[in-house]
Amino acid sequence: MNSVMKPDMSVILAGIMLRNPVMTASGTFGYGEEFAQYIDMETIGAFVTKGLSLKARAGNPTPRIVETPGGMLNAIGLQNVGIDAFIAKKVPYLRSVNTPAIANFFGSTVDEYTEMARRLDEIVEVAGLEINISCPNVKQGGIVFGADPGSAASVVSACRAVTKKPLIVKLSPNVTDVVVMARACEDAGADALSLINTLIGMAIDLNRRRPVLANITGGFSGPAIKPVALRMVWQVAKAVKVPIIGIGGIMNAVDALEFMLAGATAVQVGTASFINPGAAQKIAEDMEAWLISNGVDDIKSLIGAMET
Amino acid sequence: MQFTAMILSNIEVSPGYWRMRMTAPPECATASPGQFIMVRVNGAIDPLLRRPFGIFDIGTYRPSQSGAQPQPFLEILYRVVGKGTAMLSTLHSSDLLDVLGPLGKGFALGKPDEEKLIVGGGVGLAPLYLLAKELVKESKVRLFAGGRTRDDILCITEFERLGIESYTATEDGSLGECGLVTEALLRRLDRLQRSATIYACGPHGMLNAVAQIAAERSIPCQVSLEGYMACGVGACLGCVVPGRSHSPETPDFRCVCTEGPVFESGELKWRE
Repeated sequence: MNSVMKPDMSVILAGIMLRNPVMTASGTFGYGEEFAQYIDMETIGAFVTKGLSLKARAGNPTPRIVETPGGMLNAIGLQNVGIDAFIAKKVPYLRSVNTPAIANFFGSTVDEYTEMARRLDEIVEVAGLEINISCPNVKQGGIVFGADPGSAASVVSACRAVTKKPLIVKLSPNVTDVVVMARACEDAGADALSLINTLIGMAIDLNRRRPVLANITGGFSGPAIKPVALRMVWQVAKAVKVPIIGIGGIMNAVDALEFMLAGATAVQVGTASFINPGAAQKIAEDMEAWLISNGVDDIKSLIGAMET
Repeated sequence: MQFTAMILSNIEVSPGYWRMRMTAPPECATASPGQFIMVRVNGAIDPLLRRPFGIFDIGTYRPSQSGAQPQPFLEILYRVVGKGTAMLSTLHSSDLLDVLGPLGKGFALGKPDEEKLIVGGGVGLAPLYLLAKELVKESKVRLFAGGRTRDDILCITEFERLGIESYTATEDGSLGECGLVTEALLRRLDRLQRSATIYACGPHGMLNAVAQIAAERSIPCQVSLEGYMACGVGACLGCVVPGRSHSPETPDFRCVCTEGPVFESGELKWRE
Protein backbone atom coordinates (compact mmCIF):
# COMPACT_ATOMS: atom_id res chain seq x y z
CA MET A 1 0.00 0.00 0.00
CA ASN A 2 1.23 3.43 -0.93
CA SER A 3 -0.08 5.97 1.51
CA VAL A 4 0.91 9.60 1.19
CA MET A 5 1.26 11.63 4.37
CA LYS A 6 -0.14 15.10 3.96
CA PRO A 7 2.60 17.57 4.85
CA ASP A 8 2.06 20.23 7.50
CA MET A 9 1.53 23.41 5.47
CA SER A 10 0.71 25.69 8.38
CA VAL A 11 2.86 28.56 9.52
CA ILE A 12 2.49 31.04 12.34
CA LEU A 13 2.91 34.62 11.32
CA ALA A 14 3.17 37.15 14.12
CA GLY A 15 0.70 35.13 16.16
CA ILE A 16 -1.70 34.51 13.26
CA MET A 17 -2.16 30.86 12.41
CA LEU A 18 -2.13 30.43 8.62
CA ARG A 19 -3.30 27.13 7.10
CA ASN A 20 -0.57 27.63 4.52
CA PRO A 21 1.94 30.39 3.74
CA VAL A 22 0.11 31.80 0.71
CA MET A 23 -1.47 35.23 1.13
CA THR A 24 -2.74 37.71 -1.45
CA ALA A 25 -1.06 41.09 -1.74
CA SER A 26 -2.74 44.40 -1.03
CA GLY A 27 -4.16 46.15 -4.07
CA THR A 28 -4.36 42.97 -6.12
CA PHE A 29 -7.28 41.26 -4.42
CA GLY A 30 -9.82 44.01 -3.82
CA TYR A 31 -11.52 43.49 -0.47
CA GLY A 32 -11.69 39.71 -1.00
CA GLU A 33 -15.28 39.51 -2.16
CA GLU A 34 -14.38 40.38 -5.77
CA PHE A 35 -12.59 37.04 -6.01
CA ALA A 36 -15.11 34.85 -4.20
CA GLN A 37 -16.45 33.32 -7.42
CA TYR A 38 -12.97 32.45 -8.71
CA ILE A 39 -11.22 31.09 -5.65
CA ASP A 40 -12.01 28.94 -2.64
CA MET A 41 -11.00 31.47 0.00
CA GLU A 42 -10.51 28.73 2.54
CA THR A 43 -7.64 27.21 0.58
CA ILE A 44 -5.30 30.16 1.11
CA GLY A 45 -3.44 31.29 4.19
CA ALA A 46 -4.72 34.86 4.46
CA PHE A 47 -5.70 37.80 2.30
CA VAL A 48 -4.81 41.47 2.48
CA THR A 49 -7.24 44.27 1.65
CA LYS A 50 -6.71 47.19 -0.67
CA GLY A 51 -4.89 49.99 1.20
CA LEU A 52 -7.34 51.88 3.40
CA SER A 53 -7.35 55.48 4.58
CA LEU A 54 -9.50 57.60 6.89
CA LYS A 55 -11.35 59.20 3.98
CA ALA A 56 -12.23 57.69 0.61
CA ARG A 57 -9.62 58.52 -2.00
CA ALA A 58 -10.16 59.13 -5.71
CA GLY A 59 -6.75 57.92 -6.83
CA ASN A 60 -4.79 59.08 -9.85
CA PRO A 61 -6.01 60.02 -13.34
CA THR A 62 -5.89 57.38 -16.10
CA PRO A 63 -4.02 55.72 -17.78
CA ARG A 64 -3.06 54.04 -14.54
CA ILE A 65 -1.71 50.77 -15.88
CA VAL A 66 0.68 49.68 -18.58
CA GLU A 67 2.24 46.34 -19.31
CA THR A 68 5.97 45.95 -19.89
CA PRO A 69 7.92 42.76 -20.71
CA GLY A 70 7.45 40.37 -17.81
CA GLY A 71 5.71 42.93 -15.67
CA MET A 72 3.39 45.87 -15.33
CA LEU A 73 3.44 49.41 -14.05
CA ASN A 74 0.59 50.77 -11.98
CA ALA A 75 -0.15 54.19 -10.59
CA ILE A 76 -3.58 53.71 -9.06
CA GLY A 77 -2.87 56.26 -6.35
CA LEU A 78 -4.41 54.41 -3.40
CA GLN A 79 -8.02 54.72 -4.56
CA ASN A 80 -10.08 53.19 -1.76
CA VAL A 81 -13.48 53.37 -0.13
CA GLY A 82 -12.25 54.83 3.18
CA ILE A 83 -12.51 53.28 6.62
CA ASP A 84 -16.22 54.02 7.22
CA ALA A 85 -17.39 52.39 3.98
CA PHE A 86 -14.95 49.54 4.63
CA ILE A 87 -16.63 48.84 7.95
CA ALA A 88 -20.15 49.22 6.55
CA LYS A 89 -19.79 47.43 3.23
CA LYS A 90 -16.70 45.23 3.21
CA VAL A 91 -16.33 43.84 6.73
CA PRO A 92 -19.54 41.72 6.54
CA TYR A 93 -17.85 39.64 3.85
CA LEU A 94 -14.74 39.16 5.99
CA ARG A 95 -16.99 37.76 8.69
CA SER A 96 -18.34 35.11 6.31
CA VAL A 97 -14.93 33.66 5.42
CA ASN A 98 -12.89 31.42 7.66
CA THR A 99 -9.56 32.87 6.51
CA PRO A 100 -7.62 35.63 8.28
CA ALA A 101 -8.07 39.07 6.72
CA ILE A 102 -5.23 41.56 7.04
CA ALA A 103 -6.13 45.24 6.63
CA ASN A 104 -3.56 47.28 4.74
CA PHE A 105 -3.68 50.99 5.58
CA PHE A 106 -1.93 54.31 5.15
CA GLY A 107 -2.15 57.94 6.16
CA SER A 108 -0.55 61.23 5.23
CA THR A 109 0.60 62.09 8.74
CA VAL A 110 1.68 60.08 11.76
CA ASP A 111 -1.62 61.05 13.40
CA GLU A 112 -3.62 59.69 10.46
CA TYR A 113 -1.71 56.41 10.56
CA THR A 114 -2.35 56.19 14.29
CA GLU A 115 -6.05 56.94 13.92
CA MET A 116 -6.34 54.26 11.23
CA ALA A 117 -4.59 51.71 13.45
CA ARG A 118 -6.97 52.63 16.28
CA ARG A 119 -10.05 52.23 14.06
CA LEU A 120 -8.87 48.93 12.56
CA ASP A 121 -7.96 47.60 16.00
CA GLU A 122 -11.67 47.75 16.91
CA ILE A 123 -12.74 45.47 14.05
CA VAL A 124 -12.84 41.88 15.28
CA GLU A 125 -12.91 40.53 11.71
CA VAL A 126 -9.49 42.05 11.04
CA ALA A 127 -6.82 39.54 12.07
CA GLY A 128 -3.87 41.83 11.60
CA LEU A 129 -2.71 45.17 10.24
CA GLU A 130 -0.28 45.87 7.44
CA ILE A 131 1.15 49.38 7.46
CA ASN A 132 1.82 50.72 4.00
CA ILE A 133 4.78 53.06 4.16
CA SER A 134 5.87 52.21 0.67
CA CYS A 135 3.36 53.27 -1.97
CA PRO A 136 5.45 54.84 -4.73
CA ASN A 137 2.52 56.59 -6.41
CA VAL A 138 1.42 59.23 -3.94
CA LYS A 139 3.55 61.91 -2.33
CA GLN A 140 2.01 61.80 1.11
CA GLY A 141 0.92 58.58 2.71
CA GLY A 142 3.55 56.25 1.52
CA ILE A 143 7.08 56.60 0.47
CA VAL A 144 7.60 59.79 2.51
CA PHE A 145 7.61 57.49 5.53
CA GLY A 146 9.08 54.46 3.85
CA ALA A 147 12.34 55.97 2.67
CA ASP A 148 13.59 57.34 5.98
CA PRO A 149 14.24 55.05 8.95
CA GLY A 150 13.38 57.72 11.52
CA SER A 151 10.01 58.53 9.91
CA ALA A 152 9.20 54.85 9.49
CA ALA A 153 9.99 54.16 13.14
CA SER A 154 7.78 57.02 14.29
CA VAL A 155 4.81 55.67 12.30
CA VAL A 156 5.35 52.11 13.50
CA SER A 157 5.79 52.98 17.17
CA ALA A 158 2.74 55.27 17.13
CA CYS A 159 0.60 52.50 15.61
CA ARG A 160 2.12 49.94 17.95
CA ALA A 161 0.93 51.98 20.91
CA VAL A 162 -2.73 51.79 19.86
CA THR A 163 -3.14 48.19 18.72
CA LYS A 164 -2.46 44.76 20.12
CA LYS A 165 -3.24 43.15 16.79
CA PRO A 166 -0.31 41.74 14.82
CA LEU A 167 1.41 44.62 13.05
CA ILE A 168 3.08 44.02 9.70
CA VAL A 169 5.10 46.74 7.99
CA LYS A 170 5.31 46.67 4.19
CA LEU A 171 8.69 47.85 3.00
CA SER A 172 9.72 49.67 -0.14
CA PRO A 173 12.59 48.49 -2.33
CA ASN A 174 13.13 52.10 -3.41
CA VAL A 175 15.69 52.81 -0.68
CA THR A 176 19.45 52.76 -0.44
CA ASP A 177 19.54 49.97 2.13
CA VAL A 178 16.42 47.95 2.86
CA VAL A 179 18.11 46.37 5.88
CA VAL A 180 18.33 49.73 7.65
CA MET A 181 14.59 50.23 7.13
CA ALA A 182 13.81 46.70 8.27
CA ARG A 183 15.78 47.09 11.50
CA ALA A 184 14.16 50.47 12.22
CA CYS A 185 10.68 48.94 11.87
CA GLU A 186 11.56 45.89 13.95
CA ASP A 187 12.97 48.08 16.71
CA ALA A 188 9.83 50.25 16.63
CA GLY A 189 7.64 47.25 17.37
CA ALA A 190 6.71 45.60 14.08
CA ASP A 191 5.64 41.97 14.46
CA ALA A 192 6.46 41.08 10.87
CA LEU A 193 7.81 42.68 7.70
CA SER A 194 6.43 42.27 4.19
CA LEU A 195 8.63 43.01 1.21
CA ILE A 196 8.92 44.15 -1.44
CA ASN A 197 6.39 46.73 -2.55
CA THR A 198 6.72 47.78 -6.20
CA LEU A 199 9.85 49.24 -7.74
CA ILE A 200 9.47 52.71 -9.22
CA GLY A 201 9.44 52.48 -12.99
CA MET A 202 8.37 54.33 -16.08
CA ALA A 203 7.19 53.72 -19.64
CA ILE A 204 7.36 56.12 -22.58
CA ASP A 205 5.24 56.26 -25.72
CA LEU A 206 7.80 57.12 -28.37
CA ASN A 207 5.32 58.23 -31.04
CA ARG A 208 3.52 60.62 -28.72
CA ARG A 209 6.75 61.57 -26.94
CA ARG A 210 4.89 61.31 -23.67
CA PRO A 211 4.90 59.07 -20.61
CA VAL A 212 2.34 56.27 -20.89
CA LEU A 213 1.04 56.72 -17.34
CA ALA A 214 -0.79 59.91 -16.40
CA ASN A 215 1.25 59.86 -13.19
CA ILE A 216 4.46 59.61 -15.32
CA THR A 217 6.01 56.99 -13.00
CA GLY A 218 4.42 53.90 -11.53
CA GLY A 219 5.06 50.83 -9.41
CA PHE A 220 6.71 47.97 -11.28
CA SER A 221 5.50 44.47 -10.40
CA GLY A 222 5.32 41.01 -11.90
CA PRO A 223 7.76 38.19 -12.58
CA ALA A 224 10.44 40.60 -13.83
CA ILE A 225 11.05 41.89 -10.27
CA LYS A 226 11.44 38.51 -8.58
CA PRO A 227 15.26 38.42 -8.45
CA VAL A 228 15.35 41.83 -6.75
CA ALA A 229 12.71 40.75 -4.26
CA LEU A 230 14.43 37.46 -3.47
CA ARG A 231 17.70 39.26 -2.82
CA MET A 232 16.06 41.77 -0.47
CA VAL A 233 14.13 39.09 1.45
CA TRP A 234 17.36 37.16 1.92
CA GLN A 235 19.23 40.27 3.11
CA VAL A 236 16.51 41.25 5.57
CA ALA A 237 15.98 37.71 6.84
CA LYS A 238 19.60 37.58 7.93
CA ALA A 239 19.29 40.90 9.75
CA VAL A 240 16.03 40.69 11.72
CA LYS A 241 14.29 38.25 14.07
CA VAL A 242 10.68 38.98 13.11
CA PRO A 243 9.06 36.84 10.40
CA ILE A 244 9.12 38.01 6.81
CA ILE A 245 6.46 37.87 4.12
CA GLY A 246 8.11 37.56 0.73
CA ILE A 247 6.49 39.47 -2.14
CA GLY A 248 7.58 40.16 -5.69
CA GLY A 249 6.72 38.44 -8.93
CA ILE A 250 5.47 35.17 -7.47
CA MET A 251 3.68 33.39 -10.31
CA ASN A 252 3.81 29.76 -9.19
CA ALA A 253 4.69 27.36 -6.37
CA VAL A 254 8.36 27.22 -7.32
CA ASP A 255 8.66 30.99 -6.95
CA ALA A 256 6.89 30.86 -3.58
CA LEU A 257 9.12 28.07 -2.27
CA GLU A 258 12.23 29.97 -3.36
CA PHE A 259 11.12 32.91 -1.24
CA MET A 260 10.75 30.58 1.73
CA LEU A 261 14.26 29.23 1.23
CA ALA A 262 15.47 32.85 1.15
CA GLY A 263 13.95 33.34 4.60
CA ALA A 264 10.25 34.14 4.16
CA THR A 265 7.74 32.59 6.58
CA ALA A 266 4.86 33.42 4.22
CA VAL A 267 4.45 34.89 0.77
CA GLN A 268 2.05 37.26 -0.93
CA VAL A 269 0.81 36.70 -4.46
CA GLY A 270 0.09 39.95 -6.27
CA THR A 271 0.15 40.52 -10.01
CA ALA A 272 -0.49 36.79 -10.61
CA SER A 273 -4.03 37.23 -9.24
CA PHE A 274 -4.75 39.73 -12.02
CA ILE A 275 -3.91 37.11 -14.62
CA ASN A 276 -5.54 34.18 -12.83
CA PRO A 277 -7.94 35.18 -10.07
CA GLY A 278 -7.45 31.71 -8.60
CA ALA A 279 -3.64 31.95 -8.68
CA ALA A 280 -3.13 31.96 -4.89
CA GLN A 281 -5.15 28.76 -4.47
CA LYS A 282 -3.28 27.04 -7.29
CA ILE A 283 0.07 28.08 -5.82
CA ALA A 284 -0.87 26.74 -2.37
CA GLU A 285 -2.00 23.42 -3.88
CA ASP A 286 1.12 23.09 -6.01
CA MET A 287 3.36 23.87 -3.03
CA GLU A 288 1.77 21.03 -1.11
CA ALA A 289 2.26 18.72 -4.10
CA TRP A 290 5.92 19.73 -4.25
CA LEU A 291 6.38 18.93 -0.58
CA ILE A 292 4.78 15.52 -1.06
CA SER A 293 6.87 14.62 -4.06
CA ASN A 294 10.04 15.81 -2.33
CA GLY A 295 9.31 14.06 0.96
CA VAL A 296 9.13 17.24 3.02
CA ASP A 297 6.66 16.76 5.87
CA ASP A 298 6.63 20.29 7.31
CA ILE A 299 6.80 23.44 5.23
CA LYS A 300 8.34 25.32 8.15
CA SER A 301 11.51 23.31 7.58
CA LEU A 302 12.05 25.26 4.35
CA ILE A 303 12.09 28.72 5.94
CA GLY A 304 15.57 30.16 5.47
CA ALA A 305 16.86 26.74 4.45
CA MET A 306 18.86 27.91 1.45
CA GLU A 307 22.37 26.48 1.60
CA THR A 308 25.23 28.72 0.60
CA MET B 1 -15.72 31.59 -15.16
CA GLN B 2 -12.34 30.49 -16.44
CA PHE B 3 -12.16 28.03 -19.32
CA THR B 4 -9.96 26.64 -22.07
CA ALA B 5 -11.26 27.51 -25.50
CA MET B 6 -10.27 25.84 -28.74
CA ILE B 7 -9.88 28.17 -31.68
CA LEU B 8 -12.17 27.21 -34.55
CA SER B 9 -11.09 29.92 -36.98
CA ASN B 10 -9.03 33.11 -37.03
CA ILE B 11 -9.49 35.19 -40.16
CA GLU B 12 -8.27 38.63 -41.23
CA VAL B 13 -11.49 40.36 -42.25
CA SER B 14 -9.91 43.68 -43.23
CA PRO B 15 -6.27 44.80 -43.17
CA GLY B 16 -5.21 44.63 -39.50
CA TYR B 17 -8.61 43.41 -38.23
CA TRP B 18 -9.27 39.80 -37.31
CA ARG B 19 -12.26 37.72 -36.41
CA MET B 20 -11.73 34.70 -34.21
CA ARG B 21 -14.17 31.94 -33.40
CA MET B 22 -13.57 29.70 -30.38
CA THR B 23 -15.41 26.99 -28.48
CA ALA B 24 -17.09 28.00 -25.25
CA PRO B 25 -18.78 26.25 -22.34
CA PRO B 26 -22.61 26.20 -22.17
CA GLU B 27 -22.60 29.05 -19.61
CA CYS B 28 -21.37 31.40 -22.36
CA ALA B 29 -24.38 30.76 -24.57
CA THR B 30 -26.39 33.16 -22.43
CA ALA B 31 -23.81 35.97 -22.33
CA SER B 32 -25.54 39.29 -22.87
CA PRO B 33 -24.59 41.68 -25.67
CA GLY B 34 -21.88 44.04 -24.48
CA GLN B 35 -20.18 41.58 -22.16
CA PHE B 36 -16.52 40.81 -22.74
CA ILE B 37 -13.90 38.14 -22.22
CA MET B 38 -10.29 38.33 -20.99
CA VAL B 39 -7.97 36.23 -23.13
CA ARG B 40 -4.52 35.02 -22.20
CA VAL B 41 -2.63 34.96 -25.47
CA ASN B 42 -0.10 32.35 -24.33
CA GLY B 43 1.16 30.75 -21.14
CA ALA B 44 4.41 32.72 -21.05
CA ILE B 45 5.10 35.92 -19.09
CA ASP B 46 5.28 38.19 -22.13
CA PRO B 47 2.62 39.27 -22.82
CA LEU B 48 1.86 38.99 -19.12
CA LEU B 49 -1.69 40.23 -18.78
CA ARG B 50 -4.90 39.08 -20.38
CA ARG B 51 -6.44 41.17 -23.14
CA PRO B 52 -10.10 42.24 -23.02
CA PHE B 53 -12.33 41.67 -26.06
CA GLY B 54 -16.01 42.37 -26.55
CA ILE B 55 -18.06 39.37 -27.58
CA PHE B 56 -18.88 39.80 -31.29
CA ASP B 57 -21.14 36.81 -31.75
CA ILE B 58 -22.34 33.64 -30.07
CA GLY B 59 -23.65 30.55 -31.82
CA THR B 60 -23.63 26.79 -31.92
CA TYR B 61 -20.72 24.85 -33.34
CA ARG B 62 -21.63 21.51 -34.89
CA PRO B 63 -18.48 19.42 -35.37
CA SER B 64 -18.39 17.51 -38.64
CA GLN B 65 -17.25 14.26 -36.98
CA SER B 66 -20.12 11.86 -36.43
CA GLY B 67 -21.10 11.50 -32.82
CA ALA B 68 -19.50 14.77 -31.74
CA GLN B 69 -21.84 16.93 -29.66
CA PRO B 70 -22.77 20.45 -30.74
CA GLN B 71 -21.38 23.10 -28.43
CA PRO B 72 -21.49 26.89 -28.14
CA PHE B 73 -18.92 29.06 -29.84
CA LEU B 74 -18.14 32.69 -29.33
CA GLU B 75 -16.42 35.17 -31.59
CA ILE B 76 -14.28 38.22 -31.06
CA LEU B 77 -13.41 40.93 -33.56
CA TYR B 78 -10.06 42.54 -32.87
CA ARG B 79 -7.54 44.96 -34.28
CA VAL B 80 -3.83 44.22 -34.14
CA VAL B 81 -2.51 47.10 -32.01
CA GLY B 82 0.38 45.63 -30.04
CA LYS B 83 2.34 42.56 -29.10
CA GLY B 84 -0.60 40.66 -27.60
CA THR B 85 -2.99 41.10 -30.50
CA ALA B 86 -0.17 40.48 -33.00
CA MET B 87 0.46 37.11 -31.35
CA LEU B 88 -3.25 36.36 -31.27
CA SER B 89 -3.41 36.90 -35.02
CA THR B 90 -0.81 34.17 -35.57
CA LEU B 91 -2.89 31.48 -33.83
CA HIS B 92 -4.67 28.80 -35.83
CA SER B 93 -7.70 26.58 -35.53
CA SER B 94 -7.28 23.90 -32.84
CA ASP B 95 -4.90 26.11 -30.83
CA LEU B 96 -6.03 26.56 -27.20
CA LEU B 97 -6.70 29.77 -25.31
CA ASP B 98 -7.15 30.47 -21.59
CA VAL B 99 -10.28 32.62 -21.28
CA LEU B 100 -12.01 34.41 -18.39
CA GLY B 101 -15.61 35.45 -18.91
CA PRO B 102 -18.21 36.46 -19.80
CA LEU B 103 -17.49 39.57 -17.75
CA GLY B 104 -19.09 42.93 -17.09
CA LYS B 105 -22.50 44.46 -17.53
CA GLY B 106 -23.94 44.44 -21.04
CA PHE B 107 -26.52 46.55 -22.89
CA ALA B 108 -30.08 47.03 -21.69
CA LEU B 109 -32.37 46.13 -24.58
CA GLY B 110 -34.95 48.86 -23.95
CA LYS B 111 -38.51 49.09 -25.24
CA PRO B 112 -39.41 47.23 -28.46
CA ASP B 113 -41.54 49.98 -30.02
CA GLU B 114 -38.74 52.53 -30.28
CA GLU B 115 -36.14 52.90 -32.99
CA LYS B 116 -32.68 51.54 -32.13
CA LEU B 117 -29.73 53.50 -33.45
CA ILE B 118 -26.40 51.68 -33.29
CA VAL B 119 -23.24 53.75 -33.72
CA GLY B 120 -19.89 52.04 -34.14
CA GLY B 121 -16.44 53.45 -34.83
CA GLY B 122 -13.88 51.03 -36.27
CA VAL B 123 -13.38 47.98 -34.09
CA GLY B 124 -16.00 49.50 -31.79
CA LEU B 125 -18.47 47.50 -33.87
CA ALA B 126 -17.23 44.39 -32.04
CA PRO B 127 -19.79 44.26 -29.22
CA LEU B 128 -22.59 45.74 -31.35
CA TYR B 129 -23.30 42.81 -33.65
CA LEU B 130 -24.57 40.53 -30.90
CA LEU B 131 -26.63 43.48 -29.68
CA ALA B 132 -28.06 44.05 -33.16
CA LYS B 133 -29.04 40.39 -33.41
CA GLU B 134 -31.09 40.77 -30.25
CA LEU B 135 -32.60 44.14 -31.11
CA VAL B 136 -33.84 43.21 -34.61
CA LYS B 137 -36.09 40.57 -33.09
CA GLU B 138 -38.45 43.28 -31.87
CA SER B 139 -37.36 46.69 -33.10
CA LYS B 140 -36.41 48.74 -36.12
CA VAL B 141 -32.60 48.99 -36.05
CA ARG B 142 -30.30 51.31 -37.99
CA LEU B 143 -26.52 51.06 -38.00
CA PHE B 144 -24.11 54.00 -38.32
CA ALA B 145 -20.57 52.78 -38.94
CA GLY B 146 -17.61 55.10 -39.11
CA GLY B 147 -13.87 54.87 -39.60
CA ARG B 148 -10.85 56.68 -40.96
CA THR B 149 -10.82 54.68 -44.20
CA ARG B 150 -12.82 51.86 -45.78
CA ASP B 151 -10.52 49.33 -44.09
CA ASP B 152 -11.96 50.42 -40.73
CA ILE B 153 -15.54 49.59 -41.70
CA LEU B 154 -15.99 46.02 -40.54
CA CYS B 155 -18.49 43.27 -41.12
CA ILE B 156 -21.21 45.57 -42.45
CA THR B 157 -22.66 42.77 -44.56
CA GLU B 158 -23.26 40.75 -41.38
CA PHE B 159 -25.41 43.56 -40.03
CA GLU B 160 -27.21 43.99 -43.34
CA ARG B 161 -28.00 40.29 -43.44
CA LEU B 162 -29.99 40.84 -40.25
CA GLY B 163 -32.14 43.29 -42.22
CA ILE B 164 -30.55 46.37 -40.70
CA GLU B 165 -30.28 49.56 -42.70
CA SER B 166 -26.68 50.76 -42.54
CA TYR B 167 -25.06 54.16 -43.05
CA THR B 168 -21.31 54.39 -43.42
CA ALA B 169 -18.99 57.35 -43.16
CA THR B 170 -15.23 57.51 -43.58
CA GLU B 171 -12.97 60.45 -42.85
CA ASP B 172 -11.22 60.06 -46.22
CA GLY B 173 -14.38 59.35 -48.17
CA SER B 174 -13.13 55.94 -49.34
CA LEU B 175 -16.43 54.31 -48.35
CA GLY B 176 -19.85 55.85 -47.78
CA GLU B 177 -20.06 59.51 -46.91
CA CYS B 178 -16.95 61.60 -46.41
CA GLY B 179 -16.97 62.83 -42.84
CA LEU B 180 -17.83 61.76 -39.33
CA VAL B 181 -20.38 59.10 -38.50
CA THR B 182 -22.06 61.49 -36.06
CA GLU B 183 -23.18 63.67 -38.98
CA ALA B 184 -25.21 60.80 -40.44
CA LEU B 185 -26.60 60.10 -36.98
CA LEU B 186 -27.68 63.73 -36.58
CA ARG B 187 -29.51 63.70 -39.92
CA ARG B 188 -31.42 60.61 -38.88
CA LEU B 189 -32.30 62.14 -35.52
CA ASP B 190 -33.69 65.23 -37.28
CA ARG B 191 -36.15 63.04 -39.12
CA LEU B 192 -37.04 60.84 -36.17
CA GLN B 193 -40.80 60.41 -35.72
CA ARG B 194 -40.82 58.37 -32.52
CA SER B 195 -38.74 57.64 -29.48
CA ALA B 196 -35.32 56.04 -29.90
CA THR B 197 -32.35 54.67 -28.02
CA ILE B 198 -28.73 55.09 -29.10
CA TYR B 199 -26.12 52.37 -28.54
CA ALA B 200 -22.51 53.35 -29.22
CA CYS B 201 -19.02 51.90 -29.08
CA GLY B 202 -15.86 53.33 -30.57
CA PRO B 203 -13.07 55.82 -29.96
CA HIS B 204 -13.50 58.14 -27.01
CA GLY B 205 -13.87 61.22 -29.20
CA MET B 206 -16.76 59.63 -31.06
CA LEU B 207 -18.44 58.51 -27.84
CA ASN B 208 -18.03 61.97 -26.40
CA ALA B 209 -19.76 63.47 -29.44
CA VAL B 210 -22.55 60.87 -29.39
CA ALA B 211 -23.12 61.38 -25.66
CA GLN B 212 -23.41 65.12 -26.20
CA ILE B 213 -25.88 64.69 -29.08
CA ALA B 214 -27.96 62.33 -26.94
CA ALA B 215 -27.93 64.72 -23.99
CA GLU B 216 -28.98 67.71 -26.11
CA ARG B 217 -31.94 65.80 -27.51
CA SER B 218 -32.78 63.88 -24.34
CA ILE B 219 -32.42 60.53 -26.10
CA PRO B 220 -31.41 57.56 -23.96
CA CYS B 221 -27.90 56.51 -24.88
CA GLN B 222 -25.75 53.58 -23.81
CA VAL B 223 -22.03 53.55 -24.49
CA SER B 224 -19.59 50.67 -24.28
CA LEU B 225 -16.14 51.75 -23.11
CA GLU B 226 -12.63 50.41 -23.40
CA GLY B 227 -10.13 50.70 -20.57
CA TYR B 228 -6.60 49.63 -19.74
CA MET B 229 -7.26 46.81 -17.31
CA ALA B 230 -5.13 44.14 -15.71
CA CYS B 231 -7.73 41.88 -14.11
CA GLY B 232 -11.25 42.36 -15.52
CA VAL B 233 -12.81 41.55 -12.16
CA GLY B 234 -12.75 44.89 -10.35
CA ALA B 235 -9.53 44.50 -8.38
CA CYS B 236 -6.77 46.39 -10.15
CA LEU B 237 -8.72 49.68 -10.50
CA GLY B 238 -6.77 50.41 -13.68
CA CYS B 239 -9.78 50.86 -15.95
CA VAL B 240 -11.81 53.40 -13.99
CA VAL B 241 -13.72 56.27 -15.59
CA PRO B 242 -15.13 59.31 -13.80
CA GLY B 243 -18.85 59.27 -13.04
CA ARG B 244 -20.94 62.42 -13.57
CA SER B 245 -20.52 63.72 -10.03
CA HIS B 246 -16.82 62.91 -9.79
CA SER B 247 -14.42 65.39 -8.25
CA PRO B 248 -11.21 64.86 -6.33
CA GLU B 249 -13.07 65.72 -3.11
CA THR B 250 -16.05 63.47 -3.87
CA PRO B 251 -14.56 60.54 -5.79
CA ASP B 252 -16.96 58.78 -8.13
CA PHE B 253 -14.87 56.44 -10.25
CA ARG B 254 -16.57 53.55 -12.02
CA CYS B 255 -14.81 50.33 -12.99
CA VAL B 256 -15.21 49.70 -16.73
CA CYS B 257 -14.79 45.97 -16.10
CA THR B 258 -17.45 45.38 -13.44
CA GLU B 259 -19.73 48.44 -13.46
CA GLY B 260 -19.44 48.62 -17.29
CA PRO B 261 -18.28 48.25 -19.96
CA VAL B 262 -21.75 49.53 -20.88
CA PHE B 263 -22.92 52.71 -19.16
CA GLU B 264 -25.83 55.08 -19.62
CA SER B 265 -24.02 58.04 -21.16
CA GLY B 266 -25.62 60.34 -18.57
CA GLU B 267 -23.92 58.42 -15.74
CA LEU B 268 -20.47 59.52 -16.88
CA LYS B 269 -18.50 62.72 -16.93
CA TRP B 270 -17.77 63.87 -20.48
CA ARG B 271 -15.66 66.66 -21.95
CA GLU B 272 -17.65 69.86 -22.43
